[in-house]
Amino acid sequence: MWGGRTLSSSGGRFLGVLGSAFRRKQAERPRVTSWTVYSENQLSWTLQVKPWFFNECRTMCFKSYRMTFSCLNRRKSYRYPRTRLYSTSQTTVDSSEVKTFLALAHKWWDEQGVYAPLHSMNDLRVPFIRDNLLKTVANHQPGKPLSGMKILDVGCGGGLLTEPLGRLGASVIGIDPLDENIKTAQCHKSFDPVLDNRIEYRTCSLEEIVEETAETFDAVVASEVIEHVIDLETFIQCCYQVLKPGGSLFITTINKTQLSYALGIVFAEQIAGIVPKGTHTWEKFISPEKLESILESNGLSVQTVAGMLYNPFSGYWHLTENTSLNYAAHAVKSRIQEHPVPAEFVLKEESGELRANTSTNPGGHEELKK
Amino acid sequence: MTARPAVSRWSTAAAASRRGPLASCRRWSSASAHTVYDVVVSGGGLVGAAMACALGYDIHFRDKKILLLEAGPKKLLEKLSETYSNRVSSISPGSATLLSSFGAWDHICNMRYRAFRRMQVWDACSEALIMFDKDNLDDMGYIVENDVILHAVTKQLEAVSDRVTVLYRSKAIGYTWPCPFPIADSSPWVHITLGDGSTLQTKLLIGADGHNSGVRQAAGIRNVSWNYDQSAVVATLHLSEATENNVAWQRFLPSGPIALLPLSDTLSSLVWSTSHEHAAELVSMNEEEFVDAINSAFWSDANHTDFIDSAGTMLQYAVALVKPTKVSARQLPPSVAKVDAKSRVLFPLGLGHAAEYVRPRVALIGDAAHRVHPLAGQGVNMGFGDISSLVHHLSTAAFNGKDLGSMSHLTGYETDRQRHNTALLAATDLLKRLYSTSATPLVLLRTWGLQATNAVSPLKEQIIAFASK
Repeated sequence: MWGGRTLSSSGGRFLGVLGSAFRRKQAERPRVTSWTVYSENQLSWTLQVKPWFFNECRTMCFKSYRMTFSCLNRRKSYRYPRTRLYSTSQTTVDSSEVKTFLALAHKWWDEQGVYAPLHSMNDLRVPFIRDNLLKTVANHQPGKPLSGMKILDVGCGGGLLTEPLGRLGASVIGIDPLDENIKTAQCHKSFDPVLDNRIEYRTCSLEEIVEETAETFDAVVASEVIEHVIDLETFIQCCYQVLKPGGSLFITTINKTQLSYALGIVFAEQIAGIVPKGTHTWEKFISPEKLESILESNGLSVQTVAGMLYNPFSGYWHLTENTSLNYAAHAVKSRIQEHPVPAEFVLKEESGELRANTSTNPGGHEELKK
Repeated sequence: MTARPAVSRWSTAAAASRRGPLASCRRWSSASAHTVYDVVVSGGGLVGAAMACALGYDIHFRDKKILLLEAGPKKLLEKLSETYSNRVSSISPGSATLLSSFGAWDHICNMRYRAFRRMQVWDACSEALIMFDKDNLDDMGYIVENDVILHAVTKQLEAVSDRVTVLYRSKAIGYTWPCPFPIADSSPWVHITLGDGSTLQTKLLIGADGHNSGVRQAAGIRNVSWNYDQSAVVATLHLSEATENNVAWQRFLPSGPIALLPLSDTLSSLVWSTSHEHAAELVSMNEEEFVDAINSAFWSDANHTDFIDSAGTMLQYAVALVKPTKVSARQLPPSVAKVDAKSRVLFPLGLGHAAEYVRPRVALIGDAAHRVHPLAGQGVNMGFGDISSLVHHLSTAAFNGKDLGSMSHLTGYETDRQRHNTALLAATDLLKRLYSTSATPLVLLRTWGLQATNAVSPLKEQIIAFASK
């Protein structure tokens, strides 16, 4: 159960968040277009904090990707003169960077490795996304049910969720602020000619592409991301902007409950040491109710909220009624963009519209949706 | 409307940004882009061809590229020959369901097959017998010539040639496995070198290349195997008179089981497992002697002893007291009049079981994973059962957008099938051993065991259900 809490697909962001917290307080409520969640400064702060981290956490069994990253840096610093570690920058690529990248690729795509829970979460979140998207279309092309759809995967990491969506026929754009992640994802998909054509990756933040991709996507996926975002409201507004009217937003995250505190922070970090101390800030978790109110107030009507439960012994996720730990949410952008309308009206209107939109899908032999 | 220009601008920017550190990796992939298959099935026998066909007809595989490699030529029967082939299979209802799921069963029905409704198994050393039948007179199974099955599957493969490529007369001579720990610049796929020197890549390799599986050996999967001290003689037999002929007969002789499987009103197929020497003798003797040998194998009471007979009668009497209704009556097998010329062939028997059915990007099916004694008529049915299970797991994986070679669903297949197959293998091996002796204690044990099993209907139903899968 607590495994899910370590699944930060955008971990790098998170440390950056700590560093910039004071700046955020000073700032006025930012305008959507100018605001950036992950600035260059934040990222470099992340890099600087690492040496301290290594010493603190040396003996721990790292489960989160951020820790993996620091592990690798430690190995790197063992092989190379220490000064080279600090000379690493975002823009220039040196050999040690490439080393890191190679080793990281190994971590992301090792199904039994530190990301095992994220891999197995696909068994739940891919059908969740697929089925909810298929509800909006009258029929689909067998073999590639999501063909003709454009999906944005925010915080794609190594592309663990991006690739399955691409295999289902969608054209997917995966973005992540960490260049290493994007390189890993890019290289991994390049071996598959089909995916290579369907997926685009880019190192950037959501805010950076809001303008150029306004009203572009049929779906936006933010899986295990929003618990690391500083200003959720702005983040959601950005998602809203890049969605086509009637488009879907999918979110998976961790609830803010006493149970998530007990299992995630106290047990996983303090007692079991599975996650290094300070990995997660319970305050940043968000309850489904809070998320729902943010979504609704920003023109996204919530359709489904489903609980997800991770069994650390079997390594599998299960759908559950109980949303007290991990949960997934599906919200739909209303068709009238300025002022959100009640969900009931939106729904009827949209499904009609979308059906009309998607009827142009290619494919002679089409089967009825499930 | 506004979205379109935005995206095209976006993708050019992305394309530009991709050049540079990843150039090598991209060049590599584009050079071999046209040869990455989703699934390659190595071996186009009954099981391999059916596997490729089942995937070709699966709805979630519509967008996938499948390749079937077969060392032999394409085998389509232009016209059904008058004489029956001596290689036949007993097809369980479960296997028939699989074959009809992709349309092959219709072809078989239009060609030639024989249903059987009862199965009688009895001992040569006692009166003990067991009779399997279904109350509702459903078919217990079908005897179909292997050529007919392969023809039907090949026909259906032609219909999905846009998804399933079949390379006849081509054989994989080398496999290169992906690095167990994914490294960024090495290909994650299985590379296959063909006999003509060409190479191709696949996300999942399915080994259906028989009990000497090259895939299994190349993958380094351990195989537990031993040869039985028996060979099987097969032949096509003419009965002395036309009968209903809807019973499969099997008698356990001390030298091995002999089975008579119905082909038509006047024809039956023989599978006689016996010692290597005796088998060689049977194949070389003249036709009249051969027919006599078969008839006496089914009819002779030479192995009976008074003690076992009376012990058997006692139990029979006890059963009759407890359960007054008559248990299935003994039927007499038809007598054989002559054997089809040149239909006598022998082949050695053995048992084998792969320790693992799957590895990352590899799965074994059929005889590549398990080889079984023909006494239960389960060999090809186990293979078809593997196909049902693997297709089910792969189809779900494809609909979930998963990497087809991932262990997470391949292990699901392995668990499902090993549970079923090891039980069948063990039971078959045990039966083979139990009936290979004429030692009195064991004969007594198996006589009582068989009689008791025959008397307990629920147990028999369980056995039928298990064997019908």
